[in-house]
Amino acid sequence: MAGLTLRDVKKRYGETQVMHGVDLDIEHGEFVVFVGPSGCGKSTLLRMIAGLEEISDGTVAIGDTVVNQVAASKRGVAMVFQTYALYPHMTVYKNMAFGLKQAKTDPAEIDKRVKAAAEILQLGDYLDRSPRNLSGGQRQRVAIGRAIVRDPEVFLFDEPLSNLDAALRVQTRLEIARLHERLGNTMIYVTHDQVEAMTLADKIVVLRDGRIEQVGSPIELYERPQNAFVAQFIGSPKMNFFGPDDLAANAAAVLGKELPASQQVGLRPEHMVISDAANGVVEGKMELVENLGEYAMVHMITDTGVEFIAKTEKPPAAKKGEVISFTIKPELAHYFDAETGLRS
Amino acid sequence: MAAVTERSNFGKIAWPIVAWIVALIFFFPIFWLVFTSFKTDADAVKPEHLFRFTPTLENYTNMTQNYDYWRFAINSVITSTFATLFALFVGVPAAYAMAFNPSRHTKDILMWMLSTKMLPAAAVLYPMTFLTKNFLGIFDTHFLVIVVLCLINLPIVIWMLFTYFKEIPKEIIEAGKMDGVSTWGEIKDILIPLAWGGIASTALLTFIFCWNEAYWTVRLTTIDAATLSKLIEGNRAPEGLFFGRLSAVSTAAIAPIVILGWFCQKQLVQGLTFGAVK
Repeated sequence: MAGLTLRDVKKRYGETQVMHGVDLDIEHGEFVVFVGPSGCGKSTLLRMIAGLEEISDGTVAIGDTVVNQVAASKRGVAMVFQTYALYPHMTVYKNMAFGLKQAKTDPAEIDKRVKAAAEILQLGDYLDRSPRNLSGGQRQRVAIGRAIVRDPEVFLFDEPLSNLDAALRVQTRLEIARLHERLGNTMIYVTHDQVEAMTLADKIVVLRDGRIEQVGSPIELYERPQNAFVAQFIGSPKMNFFGPDDLAANAAAVLGKELPASQQVGLRPEHMVISDAANGVVEGKMELVENLGEYAMVHMITDTGVEFIAKTEKPPAAKKGEVISFTIKPELAHYFDAETGLRS
Repeated sequence: MAAVTERSNFGKIAWPIVAWIVALIFFFPIFWLVFTSFKTDADAVKPEHLFRFTPTLENYTNMTQNYDYWRFAINSVITSTFATLFALFVGVPAAYAMAFNPSRHTKDILMWMLSTKMLPAAAVLYPMTFLTKNFLGIFDTHFLVIVVLCLINLPIVIWMLFTYFKEIPKEIIEAGKMDGVSTWGEIKDILIPLAWGGIASTALLTFIFCWNEAYWTVRLTTIDAATLSKLIEGNRAPEGLFFGRLSAVSTAAIAPIVILGWFCQKQLVQGLTFGAVK
């Protein structure tokens, strides 16, 4: 069984560089999620680990073996694609058996492994069907089954839930979590959905423009984001940012510190509480309330024109256009350098 | 609302009529060809026998007795079949490479291939005849006809296959790579089964193009490798005296391909309109 080591991994397409030297250590058995906005290079990085993209520079090692020059099928990895990528002309059974057949595995062994995987994924009744006669969720399970039968060291998932509807996405997410618990393999999972990232991951890797912004457990990323980008990316709705001029008159007293001009303060919507003006950290005019029953999203705008959102238990009594003050516990405020975005 | 309904009713009647008229205009020469083939050469040119004449099979019986229709037909089958097979044999891997492993120059290569179709055939007629006759000694052989038919159709074959292959999701091929399939395995076990419809219609069209090709088959053969095009050509007289005979030969030459096309209509339509909808 094996972990992964990435050292100064770069990717260039002709003149354009898309990965700028990624260093990453993944322990055996870890569930790692690559997350970031589209175009950040998360899928490219996954595909480089899979062996579907060449590594322009640096090394990728699985266990102790550097696999830069090893063919995809010999790396001990299996991949689940966003589009499932099942072979449409083969039955579910043949789809799962195909890889083993290529490896010249003994037919009895193939049968045993396919049946075992079908058992885990509850696909036993569908083995003779062709993919076109399956629902989206079933297709995704076949794709996962195809990965399981190969008994890989590392599972790679490329946005596996994106093509499923919301209800099925939650269910399949749970199934993947259970699968990880059961098999105990290393899994690397790419998504742009931070809920998937937060719920599944032992370790989240936040990427932007081909660079790692932060690596850490979900809770670390939420509680101590190292820069403004991570702070905004993790958490929904995203963190509100204010400069010194945007804050209410008594903000310094409530927060316990004067915000210098070179810094910004970040306040998470779910930490903001309606208060009287004397205890207010920020205040603004109410623009819109979205009442979702269990909580309300209050859309606000400050005098200085900064829009922000507060997540409150109940919708405020105030009407549109009225001024509301919000406060926050000082330890829940995050400070970032206004220019570099780094935590300060 | 009423106006719309009236209009679509009108359309329901008018469009089929227009379609029938157009179809008949296209069909008429074929009809006339078959019609004339049942006239004697003398009747064929007389205006008074335009529609009223005694039908005869003389032209068809003469054809098999006097100039061995079957030899020409067999040559057509052999050359068209092998030319099509070779074109696919080269075209499938070529289109596969360009569709799934494109480089910066793939578009240029495709354009270059197509540009070879822009060369006027007449421009290379003399060198071709000279080379094949005097140097290579392959003039009037099946080999030569097969090579020529294969090469002149190859650009179209590759373009068509490329378009079909492009519609196969790249991830399926990548899944194959993850499963450890060799390059040949990707083509054999994944690509060909998935693109079977496209390959079949490409093959069918190529076969038809080969069968109908006349410029080179007429000029690069005399007897041994002569195809049905050559047979028609041989019955052409400048004075136009043997219209009946010519019509019979032409009918017999196009009959196999028309019948083949009839049975494979669905594939053909798919092939001819490929890429038109997407």
